Amino acid sequence: MTAKARLRQAVLAGFVPVLLLLGWWLATRHQTYSLIPPPRDVAVEMVDLAVGGINDDAFSATLLTHLIASASRVYGAFLLATACALPLGMLIGRIRIAREMLDPMLQLLRPVPVTAWLPLSMIIFGLGPKSAFFLVALGAFFPILLNTIFGVRSVEPRLFEAAAMLGIRPAAMFTRVVLPASLPGIFTGLRLGLGLSWVVIVVGEMTGVATGLGAMIMDARQLSRTEIIIDGMVVIGAAGFLSDQLVQLLGQRLLRWSPQHG
Amino acid sequence: MAEIIRIERVAKQFGAFTALEGAELRVAEGEFICLIGPSGCGKSTLLRILAGFEQASDGYVFVGGREVAGPGPDRGMVFQDYGLFPWLNVRQNIGFGPQARGLKKAEITEIVDRFIAMVGLADFADRFPHQLSGGMKQRVAIARVLANDARVVLMDEPFGALDAMTREKLQTELLELWARTGLTVIFVTHAIEEAILLSDRVVAMAAGPGRIVSDTAITLPRPRDVSSPEFNELRRRLNAQLHPAEMTHS
Repeated sequence: MTAKARLRQAVLAGFVPVLLLLGWWLATRHQTYSLIPPPRDVAVEMVDLAVGGINDDAFSATLLTHLIASASRVYGAFLLATACALPLGMLIGRIRIAREMLDPMLQLLRPVPVTAWLPLSMIIFGLGPKSAFFLVALGAFFPILLNTIFGVRSVEPRLFEAAAMLGIRPAAMFTRVVLPASLPGIFTGLRLGLGLSWVVIVVGEMTGVATGLGAMIMDARQLSRTEIIIDGMVVIGAAGFLSDQLVQLLGQRLLRWSPQHG
Repeated sequence: MAEIIRIERVAKQFGAFTALEGAELRVAEGEFICLIGPSGCGKSTLLRILAGFEQASDGYVFVGGREVAGPGPDRGMVFQDYGLFPWLNVRQNIGFGPQARGLKKAEITEIVDRFIAMVGLADFADRFPHQLSGGMKQRVAIARVLANDARVVLMDEPFGALDAMTREKLQTELLELWARTGLTVIFVTHAIEEAILLSDRVVAMAAGPGRIVSDTAITLPRPRDVSSPEFNELRRRLNAQLHPAEMTHS
């Protein structure tokens, strides 16, 4: 890409956000008791949250703690969900009896929103981080599972024939054909699952959890510190975005062969 | 020449539908056979039975003296839609068979290099299938079965999806490869001209139920001239066998 094309892309992508920011600034300017703080206050608070030294209150320089708490829950629960959903998805995708036994139940469970599990998960896991962890894992589980099943089931039958006539042992069919062929589907599931994890973590951390971005937002709400709420939203957005970029980068390396990904 | 394929009274039922009935065919080692006929005549079914993808409902199929019990590397198949593994590059696709049979790494590299050169794809060795043209993909598919020491190459309308220029080029290349390697080729097509151009024998089939109706030896010297009177005479004869009703009207 040329420098000019890059510039054009940046200008186009930045146009609407800058407009929105401008609108926000115009709407909150000169209002002494605005419920929505002006952009400047939000920016200043962000600095205080990150490094402290401005307000010196309970929130100063706590951002990293909250971010690490949330990120470790997101990735931990995501890994747990992956560890459960991948093998199960392959089993359901490949083995008919497993599909007949489990698929109807999973189809019934799938439409239940993760947030609806919140009260039940608090009863089972108690109030606190365990419950948040469970919710995130559950939220990530279904997209990974369903896309793995789809990926495994949509392997072209022709490829099994090709492998068979080239003399592959039936036992090797899974690792040599099924697994690589279903990788794009699996990958889509991982990406959706991780994205959803960042959504669910905030809900999970909003009750009875001391640290985490969701907890920070809830504390700020009780103290009417709206600028902190907005800062929390910005950080969650950025963390989710970076996390998605990371997965995409990994995907581009692993799926170079796929015309849809490479 | 020694007999390599023997098909005896082979029939195939799909439920109530008879795809193939009483098929008899003997093929000598090194022969180039074309199976030709309208859709539904069972030519692809017969090929798939030879490959071991389908089981005959009745009769026997022997390849190299052994009864066919399933797919195997002695019978390489070239599909119309290529059937390449999209996650493997050209080199890895060709090396798939040798690797599946547990050859050593150095041997695999040697084999792969030889067959990549044979089909003229040395400059494209690291490309993935989606980065290749249809003609290149089919060259990879052919190299893949040759690299696997197939004695019989089964081809199911392999050039049917290619444009006319590429098809002609690949037909010539295939004949060169065949002449050089002494392979036995069973080639399914619905194009009469292609069948006469390529084969030693054209086996014509008819539908309802699928069956073999004639077996014509093509003795014209190669390379064959598609516009010669002898070629046209063969074309007329085969056409009459394949479309008997139309001939009575004209």
